[in-house]
Amino acid sequence: MTYVIEGKKDSWQVVLGLEVHAQISSKSKLFSVASTNWGSDPNTQVELVDCGMPGALPVINEYCVDQAVLTGLSLNAEIKKMSIFDRKNYFYPDLPQGYQISQFEHPIVGRGHINIEVEGKVKKIGITRLHLEQDAGKSLHDQDIKNSYIDLNRSGCALMEIVSEPDLSSPIEAAEYVKKLRSILRYIGSCDGNMEKGNLRADVNVSVKREGEKLGTRCEIKNVNSIKFIQQAIEFEAKRQVNIIENGEKIIQETRLFDPNKCETRSMRSKEESHDYRYFPDPDLPPLIISDEKVNSLKEQLPELPDKKKDRFIREFNLSSYDAEVIVNDQGTANFFEKLVKGRDSKVVTNWITGEVFSYLKKINKDIKNSGIAPEKIGSLIDLIVDEKISNRQAKEVFEEYMESSDDASIFIEKKGLVQLSDQSEIYKIIDKVLSDNPKMIDDYKNGKDKLFGFFIGQVMKISKGKANPKLVNELLVKRLKE
Amino acid sequence: MSIDNSTVKKVAKLARIEINEEEETTLITELNNILGWVDELKQVNTDSVEPMLSVFNESMQMREDKAESNFENSQILDNSPESNSGFFVVPKVVE
Amino acid sequence: MNDFENLSISSAIEGLANKNFTSLELTEFFIKKIEKNKDLNCFITSTFDKAIEMAKISDQKIKENETRPLEGIPIGMKDLFCTNGVRTTAGSKILENFIPFYESTVSNNLWDSGAIMLGKTNMDEFAMGSANTTSFFGNVKNPLGLKVNKELVPGGSSGGSASAVSSGLCLGSTGSDTGGSIRQPASFCGLVGLKPTYGRCSRFGMIAFASSLDQAGPITKTVEDSALMLQAMVSFDKRDSTSSRQSIPDFSDFKKLSIKGKRIGIPKEYMIDGLNSDIKKIWDSGISWFKREGAEILEISLPHTKSALPTYYIIAPAEASANLARYDGIRYGFRHNADDLNDLYQKTRGFGFGKEVKRRLMIGTYVLSAGYYDAYYLKALKVRKLISQDFEDAFQKCDLILTPTTPNVAFAIGEKQTNPIEMYLNDVLTVPASLAGLPAISVPSGFNSEKLPIGLQLIGKPFDEISVLAAGAVIEESRGF
Repeated sequence: MTYVIEGKKDSWQVVLGLEVHAQISSKSKLFSVASTNWGSDPNTQVELVDCGMPGALPVINEYCVDQAVLTGLSLNAEIKKMSIFDRKNYFYPDLPQGYQISQFEHPIVGRGHINIEVEGKVKKIGITRLHLEQDAGKSLHDQDIKNSYIDLNRSGCALMEIVSEPDLSSPIEAAEYVKKLRSILRYIGSCDGNMEKGNLRADVNVSVKREGEKLGTRCEIKNVNSIKFIQQAIEFEAKRQVNIIENGEKIIQETRLFDPNKCETRSMRSKEESHDYRYFPDPDLPPLIISDEKVNSLKEQLPELPDKKKDRFIREFNLSSYDAEVIVNDQGTANFFEKLVKGRDSKVVTNWITGEVFSYLKKINKDIKNSGIAPEKIGSLIDLIVDEKISNRQAKEVFEEYMESSDDASIFIEKKGLVQLSDQSEIYKIIDKVLSDNPKMIDDYKNGKDKLFGFFIGQVMKISKGKANPKLVNELLVKRLKE
Repeated sequence: MSIDNSTVKKVAKLARIEINEEEETTLITELNNILGWVDELKQVNTDSVEPMLSVFNESMQMREDKAESNFENSQILDNSPESNSGFFVVPKVVE
Repeated sequence: MNDFENLSISSAIEGLANKNFTSLELTEFFIKKIEKNKDLNCFITSTFDKAIEMAKISDQKIKENETRPLEGIPIGMKDLFCTNGVRTTAGSKILENFIPFYESTVSNNLWDSGAIMLGKTNMDEFAMGSANTTSFFGNVKNPLGLKVNKELVPGGSSGGSASAVSSGLCLGSTGSDTGGSIRQPASFCGLVGLKPTYGRCSRFGMIAFASSLDQAGPITKTVEDSALMLQAMVSFDKRDSTSSRQSIPDFSDFKKLSIKGKRIGIPKEYMIDGLNSDIKKIWDSGISWFKREGAEILEISLPHTKSALPTYYIIAPAEASANLARYDGIRYGFRHNADDLNDLYQKTRGFGFGKEVKRRLMIGTYVLSAGYYDAYYLKALKVRKLISQDFEDAFQKCDLILTPTTPNVAFAIGEKQTNPIEMYLNDVLTVPASLAGLPAISVPSGFNSEKLPIGLQLIGKPFDEISVLAAGAVIEESRGF
């Protein structure tokens, strides 16, 4: 379904392009040996380049180059044999060199694409380019009334800027695009994708137009750092633009900031002042040459990426497209699934992962990989259900407790006294007791009051304290009542 | 090619250099002279000439990804005109 | 006490080895001499205590027969090289109080070779100048001028280094050459100045002016000294991405290299208008000396020579405009009082930089700005290619190129100040080799009628410093003084 904004006069479409900044998961910075650890004391991870000392020179980190190439390959993009680092000149206190080393005309990665799925439909989103650049430091504005404080620990960390074509046309698509990108980055390990830490953030270009019209003037919303905010920012900004145009005014191309508290975007005039970055090739850095051997050896390192894995899961395990998407989104989950599904029913396994396991992970605030949960832990529990040793409901009720315990599933349910009652004669005993206690109702049932069947089941379950195998109770009760 | 007041002002602002009126007047003359002089390059035919980014024609040396800590916070801040609690301090930045 | 004023590095090494004198004696001699000659203004910062300490260590090493190549040799260090714990200013107010906590590779190499630091030599602010008249720490005087009762410039930007060696305040000194800043002052002060191939000396810790051109080199009294110092200065440095991995030869091998049969090119385009007639005469003499030594002399053409200077005055300021953006009064250096951030930037830089630096930053900013990049900067990069190509073509025909170093001898302080271009024209003969990154030496070759020195320049193929030195030695042997 097309995303449309109904204005006072017309219907409007949204055109979106994203510039995603992904911090490379390297140990040291792009051009310096300083550590990239997060959360250290201010200005303790700073080498000469990172604080722009006189005579400091940049030396490139090969790991970062490799990650950019790997990312390019996984975005189905062209890897440039030669790329060039440029200086992007502007003054800002957290930019100690007075320029950012970036790539302008000749980025390391050229055109590519990724697929996203929205409402069951696959859409191809073009990637314009990917380039390497230095991150800036951090300015803290609320420590002091008169001053700002500068921490350069982040200064010089390696970023990949991934620019999309203006192929996105709704907040949901933008969200799916970022999710997919994040999923890919995490698969290959080039970026941890942590948006809270700012390791993944997006500049969102928004413009609106009537159907059939050419692209409108765009505004850029800087540094949006959650998927929810990306959606909210787009919704607000698109409506704002529609209102302006319908009031007969023009959109001014500018940089805007999203305020999550007020859920609105506002102009960043300070950044507007002088938009003349005077890019030129950095004379401290020779051109970056990527050999075919390097590309080929990195290709071999590429894991099976989400799209391929999804197709395979659908094929091999008969998953629905939706379930497959959910399972492959995180590589840890996909690996977990593959181990767990061995010799088990894929539908049951999927339901358990996306249900109980996910909500448990959410509660303990971990992802499946670092949670340390062994697939067998879940598997042995599922097996007990399938073997009718325990009911699904019972399993769900004690799931959290089971996860906390170190016991094997069968021992755990035994200790809990949860073993399902599947002994026919035992169940018959209970059934007979229920029936003999309620002779009147048997007559009513036999005279057509079908509903009473449920009542009998309920009574049996109650007496068995929920342990009786419901399927068996059902079967045996039918038999008895026919007698 | 001619540089006027507003160009000099604009360029000085881009370069973050405060210039007074007297300097501005001198700079207009000087910059016009210099740019007029370098303008003679326009006569050089450079069709199909590749720009020379560097005389250095060896491949770029790459570094292994190893983190080091060579400097203390105190060294990094030692030369700074104003610092506090490990931070560099500047007049408030308005965003 | 011995008079060490005219001592060369090579004879000092010999004297030290023969125990004719100690490094401490040498060092104390130069310390006294520097103090007596403060009016020359060669040093911005002196490091006498450090020098004495280093000299004592050297004497110990000599005693223990652990002598390193430049053991106990007192030198001047251009104030462009960051020295750990020693104020480094680049001749600028904006770095007036800057004390690095790291050491440049070139200076580090020299200390590792046993050289002794007497102090940091004066220079044009951020190496921008050809007369050493743009330093925040004042003009440097050319000692040779005092002999003819004139206040002459020592040349620039390595003016303090050249003046110090020339007046016998140290045995040798480091310089940096972006468009002629080693060769031109060497020529003005009657010294040997060598700019090696771009990439030979690491730029790490050397305060940048124009990164694609900056190259460190020695200023010495003799060609042999030049080779000795160069050997100590060069290294492959993994902290500089433009540091060359070419193998480093033994530069003293220049002594074994005969110039006989070598082809010396004489570029007709260097016969410029305004070339001083005395200089022209010395150039001719130079040609005859090489002929006498059995070299083949041939006229060559470097057709884009005329474009070199304008090209340089686009590229160098453009790079400088970014290289000098870090001087903002936030992390080090001079900071002007200010109400807000923008004020801080503009006042710090407005008051912290001198006139010439501001002029070049303005040009550099302008030629990179939107709408002018292609017409100026990109055009200059293309012409640079043509200039470099000229040399490549020429070196198909010849092994070395012989030219004058400067169009004029040392001029009076205050001269050539009315129009910046007048000053820029000093570099017209040195800039082309800089743009092409080639090794080039200036060797004292004669005098004008006033007894002011004239230098000839030899330009070599990339990484062929040995031939350049060998040809320089021919001049030294032939000139008759």
